[in-house]
Amino acid sequence: MSDTPAIEVSRLVKAYAGVAAVNDISFRVARGEILGFLGPNGAGKSTTMRILTGYLPATSGSVSICGVPVASQPGEAKRHIGYMPENNPLPEDMRVSEYLYFRGRLKEIPRRKLGPRIDEVLEACDLKRVRHKIIGRLSKGFRQRVGIAEAILAEPPVIIMDEPTIGLDPHQILIVRDLISSLRGRMTVIISSHILPEIEMTCDRVLIINQGHVVAQGTPADLRREILGRSVYELELAGDPDALPPLLAAVDPTLKITARGEPDAAGFRALQLTTERDEELGEPLLRALAAPGFRLRALSRAHPTLEDVFLAATRRSWDVKADELRKA
Amino acid sequence: MKHFLTLLSHEVRMLLVNPSTYIAATAFLLFMGFMFTGMLESYSKAPQELSPAYVFFQFFWFPVFFMVPLLTMKSLAEERRLGTIETLLTTPVTTTEVVLGKYGAAYLLYLILWGATGGFFYILQKFSGDSRFLDTGPLLGGYLFVAVSGLFFIALGVFSSSLSRNQAVAGIICFVLLVGVVGGSNYLADSPWLSRDSLSPLKDAVDYVQILAHRDDFTRGVVDTRQLLFYASGTVLALIFSILGVEAKLLHS
Repeated sequence: MSDTPAIEVSRLVKAYAGVAAVNDISFRVARGEILGFLGPNGAGKSTTMRILTGYLPATSGSVSICGVPVASQPGEAKRHIGYMPENNPLPEDMRVSEYLYFRGRLKEIPRRKLGPRIDEVLEACDLKRVRHKIIGRLSKGFRQRVGIAEAILAEPPVIIMDEPTIGLDPHQILIVRDLISSLRGRMTVIISSHILPEIEMTCDRVLIINQGHVVAQGTPADLRREILGRSVYELELAGDPDALPPLLAAVDPTLKITARGEPDAAGFRALQLTTERDEELGEPLLRALAAPGFRLRALSRAHPTLEDVFLAATRRSWDVKADELRKA
Repeated sequence: MKHFLTLLSHEVRMLLVNPSTYIAATAFLLFMGFMFTGMLESYSKAPQELSPAYVFFQFFWFPVFFMVPLLTMKSLAEERRLGTIETLLTTPVTTTEVVLGKYGAAYLLYLILWGATGGFFYILQKFSGDSRFLDTGPLLGGYLFVAVSGLFFIALGVFSSSLSRNQAVAGIICFVLLVGVVGGSNYLADSPWLSRDSLSPLKDAVDYVQILAHRDDFTRGVVDTRQLLFYASGTVLALIFSILGVEAKLLHS
């Protein structure tokens, strides 16, 4: 049982009135892994998550949670999932502890264990102070944490959270991030977010989808290599950039200029070079650019963030789309 | 049905903390109180042929029109508006359990409110010391009618609540449905064009669903199983449509 993946999605399609929101997505998540789910607005993230939880039926394809198919055994599959939807809907007129008690009963936690378990999650989410407050009067940060507490309440093997850190201040984001990290190894977590540094810090693996397709997946480091090329150097240089490629080819044949800026008042322009080599090329570059006709002011090796990866991956998929359209 | 009791107790609690419940309860008891005192006054002026219980239940439809929408309009509409239906349906509960829980809670409250009017008769009997006023046959028949027809009315309310995410719209749909079912059947039965021979099967059907006539039968002490069947089947149908309504909205959300 434990060697079945926590989540297995194969060839998932969801169409709304003929328009595919999710188009042929397949992925699997191992037990104990934290997966970040990225994509621009309307990419199909929330739809995919809703299908995973059994809330929406898929048009075609299959989803299984811990080996239980969601479509044919929804009740059993839902027992394995803690879910926090987008915008974290909560009843306005219940107290925090009442709400958790009600949810715990619905999730079939025995009455005996429920009291201590509620204390545990209140402690973990730092909600002890507000346990008797009415949810409708709580601030956004507290409400968000009530949602997270509710998702982990029944200790499900799989937790799905749709934008858990939206609308939180940096301090609260830190608390939520620590909370999610503390689940690593014990529970499988899928989180979607727009806050990319967030995902980069918490997630073992990242899945980027755009317009219903998976456009990239892997660890943040893998993605960086795959999508942006191996390494990127940024330099500020004065001189004729068209004379540069032969010089660069002498340093490393795969070194290319990927972006060039306009020259400033002093004649220096920003250039971006990409290479597929992994080792440090800074010193050979410096030596090569000491050639007559060039003046070098700055050279640095860029450390691309997940944001760059995300932008590049989603842009790439648009280009592919545009090419298809042009052919058609 | 494992979660039915959990959901039911949750829904009852939610109704009890909701102001619209108290508005409905106060308005209902005030109105019924006025009806009752008015009725007593007419009894004190001149002897009447009909039993007080019979007269009392003559006006049952009026509070139903207002009370049932107020009790039920929030149930499913509010869950959809807040989005909590999503968290609810991603636990191991079924849509049927959710709908039945909401229905059960509203029905229970409806019964309690009508039960409170039993106090009027108790007070009357206590202070007049005359047991003739407490005509048990019509009284029990009347309350039985309220309980049985309430099953159907509340189910209609839950159904209208499943149609919209706006409470007010749900309430108005419910009001219109109730007026249509209670008033419409009565109006049709009285309309002369239905009395033609060629339409006699239709006329029979309309006579059969006349809710006001059912009330007269019950308060006379006649309990007809055909009428019980009418309310039971109407209830089941309305609840099935509510469940389908909730699920259809998910499919097209």
